[in-house]
Parts: sequence; structure tokens; C-alpha cells
Amino acid sequence: MRQAVGDPELTAAQREMLAGRRGDGAALAMRVIVRLARALGADRLIPVDSAHVDGCLFHGQVGIDLVERLIAGGARVAVPTTLNVGSLDLLHPGVVRGDAADRADARRLMDGYVALGAEPTWTCAPYQLRERPAYGRHVAWAESNAIVFANSVLGARTDRYGDFADICAAVTGSAPYVGLHRDENRAGQVLFDCSRVPAGAFASDVAWAALGHLVGRRSGTRVPVLTGLPGDADEDRLKAFGAAAASAGGVALFHAVGLTPEAPDVATAFGGRAAERRHEVTAADLLAARDELTTAPDGRLDAISVGTPHFSVAEFRALAALVADGPPFDEDIEFWISTSRAVLAEAERNGDAAACRRAGARILVDTCTYIAPVLRTSARVVMTNSAKWAWYAPTNLGIDVVFASLPECVLSARAGRVVRDPGLWRVP
Amino acid sequence: MIGVPLSPGCATAPLLLLDEPLSFWGGTDVATGEITDVHHPQRGASPAGRVLVMSGSRGSSSSSSVLAEQMRRGVSPAAVLLRRPDAIVTLAAIVARELYSIEVPIVVLSAEDFDALPRKGMVTVSATDENAEISIDDGRRR
Repeated sequence: MRQAVGDPELTAAQREMLAGRRGDGAALAMRVIVRLARALGADRLIPVDSAHVDGCLFHGQVGIDLVERLIAGGARVAVPTTLNVGSLDLLHPGVVRGDAADRADARRLMDGYVALGAEPTWTCAPYQLRERPAYGRHVAWAESNAIVFANSVLGARTDRYGDFADICAAVTGSAPYVGLHRDENRAGQVLFDCSRVPAGAFASDVAWAALGHLVGRRSGTRVPVLTGLPGDADEDRLKAFGAAAASAGGVALFHAVGLTPEAPDVATAFGGRAAERRHEVTAADLLAARDELTTAPDGRLDAISVGTPHFSVAEFRALAALVADGPPFDEDIEFWISTSRAVLAEAERNGDAAACRRAGARILVDTCTYIAPVLRTSARVVMTNSAKWAWYAPTNLGIDVVFASLPECVLSARAGRVVRDPGLWRVP
Repeated sequence: MIGVPLSPGCATAPLLLLDEPLSFWGGTDVATGEITDVHHPQRGASPAGRVLVMSGSRGSSSSSSVLAEQMRRGVSPAAVLLRRPDAIVTLAAIVARELYSIEVPIVVLSAEDFDALPRKGMVTVSATDENAEISIDDGRRR
């Protein structure tokens, strides 16, 4: 452990900003970044190409106070900056309930970030937008699922930024040179051998989410390395895995050998070091993870929520195909899809959004069903294919969860009760 | 004992040692500070007004906002003792100090000191930007 603290070395431009020559707002942002750098033991700051800001989700007056102090001080973002979900669906007013004062506060916070020059993207999946960080480039991203995706799947470099650090990095264009920005912290630490899981299991979306959950639980904040996974997993599978590993543990970077860019082989993924621990994953482990994420017995069902993290264009296509033939959803079941306004625009163009709506689905943008009051208050049991949603919703919403695959969500929506695919979880 | 200060301040309060890391967002009540995470073994306990001992925080990047809002409302921990530097907790303290001049000391202990902490006792934390001192009265005769 460090025995002392010291200030990071600053460039002339960074010192000028700290001294207030670029305005009081920029000076405040630089003070926050420098104090954070000092606390984390950074010897310098590094420039970042972009920022993804999570602070636009309303948690209390402190969020408004910070953003309005920055605005009053003349601050602007210095790099391209995307915004995470807010607490409202600005395209579909009235969908998010809540009293007028709460909605006004949420809107004031969201407007504040746009006033600082950030793009009103309102999505937890900024990696689904057209501009993505390039391999090896430094960025300052917040939102745990976006962080793990940027590091692992894109090979960009971000530490675990959260509220406040994100906007201050955007305004200063810099971040402490620590953590996952540095080579030595990106090597794998824990091995998960998945080769004993029957190959067919990973054809299901929910197997990836369940695997992410168990890897998160066993890894904590360490860097897991996965072997034995099918080599054709798409980004939605890796999204589901990463989101689960980040919320159940604190995983901000994983390496999937043969799948992710810093893991062409096991030795490279571990940076030449030995694994601290090895785990063998079995089908029974995935089943246990599913059961840990399920709090309700099979039976009653009130609602279904998919799209955490935000539904992609490909997921709209998959859901549209699943609902193309067969009856519409039971009218007593609320079926919600959370997505971004950018992805929705594409799904509107290609007709997939309309197909999902025809079956009975409703679409939420700019926010998410587990952080905003959207589900009807009588909902008690909700099905989801998201391990992250299943992990947080019982606490956030006071409901019970059934964790299930996207096809099971459709079967259940039609039947008006929990319907399982018995083949999906068969343990050989 | 001596620690490394991540954010300055002084506090004397009873200790609350967490058995597992905690996500302030999704895991605590923003209005009361109470642990609400259904998965946490200490659900129902409240870090408010205590010297919170945690190896590190977990989960969501919204936790800094929730903890800073708890500081603003006076329902945050009185101090936080960590086993390793933690950006989420530190940022909350930095921003509460910037916006409201509220100081909640955040201190990292050595692994040996951290692991030797008692489960109960009165803790005094005194941290400047440069140094941090921690003393514990656990009721036992020395």
C-alpha cells in the first residue's frame, strides 16, 4: 500500500484549468479530477477521447447542484460526451409515473447535462451507437455495463467511472492514469473453464446472463478469463454476460479467449502470469445461477421486461421473429422493451418495432423499467431475460422476479403465466 | 493507527463492519441510509452516523450520487475505512466537500490493520489532506 499521498504531475494546460483561467466550472471539474487522482495514487492525468456520463439519472438534489454549479461557472464538455439513461422517457411523456415535482427535478437534471454540451443519447448501451471508442484508446465511461463492454469487447480503456468523475472528466478532457488505463491492471486473474457446459446451452441468451452472474459472484472486482465458450457469440451475448458480471460482482474487464480482442490465447489473456484461481463451470452451476436470480415460483405472472441493458437492433429483430407467428400476448400481461431512441428509430425503419407492438409489446426509451416507475403498481411477479434487472429489481421495485430466456418470455406472455422451456436447462 | 487519507475530515462514531461489499445505489435507502439490498447479509442495518468499515464498494456507478446525497441529508456514514482505495466513495466525499463544505473522512488502512479491526467499538477518525489517524475504543482493557 502507498505510504503517502501526493498530487499528480499536471501539464501547463491542466494547471491553467486548475487555476481558474478556463472558468470556475472547469476549475471545479479539475479539482475533482486532481483530488480523485491523488486518492487513487495517479502520478499524472491522461487525455481521454470521449466520455459517457451516468450522472443524468436523478438521485437527489446533489446531482442538480453539481451540474448547475458547472453551468454557472461556464463549463462545457471538452470531448464528445454521450449520456446514460435519465429518469424519464422524453419521447413518450406520461409513461413514467411519479409526482410532478420528481419529474421536474429529473427533467432539470437531464436538461443541465445537455446544456453542458453532452449529446442527448439517453442510453446505457452507448456501444450500440455509431461512434464507438477504438481499440487501445483511453475514454472515461460510467455505467458498469458500458464500462465492462468498452474494456472487454471494444478493447478501449476506461476505469470504473461513476457519477461526478464522468462529467468532470468530460469537462477537463482528462482522467487519472490508474486502474484499467494501465497495461499491468488489464491482465486476467481468475480462470473460468466453460468447456464442460454442453455447447448447445450457449445458444440461449439466458445462459450468457447466468454465466455472467456466477462469474461476477466468484470474481468480485478481479479480471476473469473465460475459456471453452463458442467462438461465434455476438455482441448481445457479451453485453448480457458483462452486465451481469458487473452488477453481481464488480467486474469491469473480462477476457473471453478467442472472442475478445485482448485474449487471442490463454497466456496472452493472463499477461504471462498464472491464474490466482481456477473454476470449472458446469451446466448445474448455470442452473444454480438461474435459481439465485429467480425469486418467484413458476405460476402467476404480471409483467415482462426485456432490454436491460438497452435492446439492440438485433434483439428487436430476434423478438420480431419470435412473435411473427402465433397469438398475441395475453392482455393481462404488460410486456416492456427498454431501448434507446437511436435503436428505436432503426427498429421503426425496418418494421421490427411495429411487429413487436402488434404482438402486444410496449416500448420505453431514454430510461429503464427498473429505475423509473413504469410497471403498473399491481405488478407483483415480473419475468426478465436480464440478470442485471433480476438482481436489482426486487430491491428497487419490491417485486418478485422470474429469470428466463427471451423465447420463454414470449411463451409466457402468450400464456399469461410462467412457461418454461424444459429443454433449456436440462442438466445432463 | 495510521491510514492513507482519501478525503479529509474528523468523526467519532460507533463502528459498523460490513461483511460484504455494498452498492449504495440499489442497496441503500437514499433518505435514511439504511441497507435495503435483499442480497446483503446486513440488510436492515444502517451505516448512517457510523464509522463504516468496508473492504470496497460494489456495483453501480450511481453509488457516488446516492452517497453524496446521503451526506447532504446528514444520513451518510460519519467516516469510511477501506482496505483499498475506492473511487465511488471518495468522489461522494470530494463533491459533498466542494458543494456543501461537508467533510466525511475516507481513509485506507493497511491490510493488516484492516483485518485486525474489531467488530464493535467507538472509532475516532482524524484525517487531513496529508495524514490520517484512527483510534479505537473497543471496551477491552489494554
